[in-house]
Amino acid sequence: MSAADVSIAPAERPLRHISARFLRSELRLIFGRRRNQAGMGILAVVPIIIAIAVKVSTPRPGRGPDFLSSITSNGLFVALAALSIELGLFLPLAVGTIAGDSVAGEANIGTLRYLLTVPVHRTRLLAVKLAAITIFSLVATVWVSLVGAVVGVALFGGGEMTLLSGTQIGMGSAVLRLAMATLYLGLCFASLGAIGLFISTLTEQPIGATIAVVIINVLSFILDSIPQLSWLHEWLPTHWWMSFGDVLRDPVAWGDLTRGLLTAAGYMLVFWLAAWARFSDKDVTG
Amino acid sequence: MENLAVATSGLTKRFHQQVAVNAVDLLVPRGAVYGFLGPNGSGKTTTIRMLLGLIRPTAGHHRLLGKAMPDHTGNVLPLVGSLVEGPAFHPYLSARANLVRLDSVDRHADPRTTKVRIDGALDRVGLLAAADKKYRAYSLGMRQRLAIAGTLLAPRELLVLDEPTNGLDPQGTREVRHLIGSLADDGATVLISSHLLSEVEQVCTHIGVMHVGSLLTQGPIAQVRAVSEPKARVVTDRPQDAARVLRGLGLTDVVAEPGLAVGTVGAVAAEKIVMALVQDGVPVTGFALERPSLEDLFVSLTGEGFNVSG
Repeated sequence: MSAADVSIAPAERPLRHISARFLRSELRLIFGRRRNQAGMGILAVVPIIIAIAVKVSTPRPGRGPDFLSSITSNGLFVALAALSIELGLFLPLAVGTIAGDSVAGEANIGTLRYLLTVPVHRTRLLAVKLAAITIFSLVATVWVSLVGAVVGVALFGGGEMTLLSGTQIGMGSAVLRLAMATLYLGLCFASLGAIGLFISTLTEQPIGATIAVVIINVLSFILDSIPQLSWLHEWLPTHWWMSFGDVLRDPVAWGDLTRGLLTAAGYMLVFWLAAWARFSDKDVTG
Repeated sequence: MENLAVATSGLTKRFHQQVAVNAVDLLVPRGAVYGFLGPNGSGKTTTIRMLLGLIRPTAGHHRLLGKAMPDHTGNVLPLVGSLVEGPAFHPYLSARANLVRLDSVDRHADPRTTKVRIDGALDRVGLLAAADKKYRAYSLGMRQRLAIAGTLLAPRELLVLDEPTNGLDPQGTREVRHLIGSLADDGATVLISSHLLSEVEQVCTHIGVMHVGSLLTQGPIAQVRAVSEPKARVVTDRPQDAARVLRGLGLTDVVAEPGLAVGTVGAVAAEKIVMALVQDGVPVTGFALERPSLEDLFVSLTGEGFNVSG
């Protein structure tokens, strides 16, 4: 019997219940794509530039973002400075690109209809897509942190870290604080990704969905800066992002971080459900 | 109902004002190779999309492999291989990686046999040697074959192939035809749509003809064709005399044209025609019995040619 015969004879095809194959395939698509690898490269450039720029110049205290001036005291601040700079556009853009692609990209090249006829249940498709977006968001954020930490420690050394409240903590605790900040921001960006997933079910143009995510991101920052709209601020998707610095207080100021995580979870839930409501009975004609 | 692989009843799809598919009752017996024919834009692809649950019918319902859809989508579609509106794969992945992707999302697929099943499917469509090329570098014909390979990753009871020979060269078309024949021999039911009538004519046991969203006729191919009878065509330099003889034999609709006499054979024994002509001294330089092509049939059904209707 040749290999060709295996696929022919109709037979029972038992359902395999628990399998991460779809998610792994999804992650291979995301991380194996040349464009996304180039994007990860660009994300890594920022901490490298920061570290080199600080190294070749003498920092003047009191100017620039908080973390920049602290870099010479502990290289881990390169990671924190890079995160605070990239949360404005680069990281949201990266997550928006993946999220915009998630459904619209498959619809655009027509692979969506072949996924659905395998069949992949539409709810399962959206669940796996959101999981992949979340994982990408965490990986991208960890990547920026990791590059920042490695380059920073290499150029400025590690050791004790002085927190925003003035207390000193050891290197191990400092790494833990950085990991907490990174995880927090990764989840915040994932909530923006959930908005992107929803938009991605509305269109067959992935670029359009990505642009919409970036617009929402920028608009949220703009609204957040208008004092007359203060009643709205705490509901904006990006409002609590800068609170990641609270992990550097002693003790950790959990109030805003908790609000930030709840807001992110709320956005993820609402927009995943919106995507489901939109997509579960949508005509797939692409 | 159990012996029907596809059964639709009153299946209808309206897009805004336009009725794309109008109350179609498609009946595909198990084991048939069903040619789903019609010009571009006649509603074939929309019907197929409804069968596979990609779009929701405006009205009507349907069963696949004896089970009501869309309720049994999860049980039925794993047994259905489909090619809908052309191939679609990730351009920056190789052919093999694309098939692995399709296999990974299939909850019924056994990951231990993925490689052997993919190699088997690629081999069957003649792409094994090009398996590691990027899909982007594939020609249209190779893409079409890869899409067919995608339908062969698992054992299927029903194959729904929408225009499977689009973009293939004559050799490729012959191969696909041969492949369809061998799949049918294995016991699969095949629903194959095409706008090229002559192509399908040779492989199908059944046909259904779509026109402007409606199913005009369907059934076993012999039965559908029986509505128009074979004609005798006599090439001669004395067409008037030949026509007289044909009428004398009992042929109907006899016409004489320069160098040619044509008549519908009907109940007349065809082998007697040439003999009668020769006996009457009519010189015959050519004789043919012509079955009407599906194209002729289509014209007789719709009163128009096989063109796109608005």
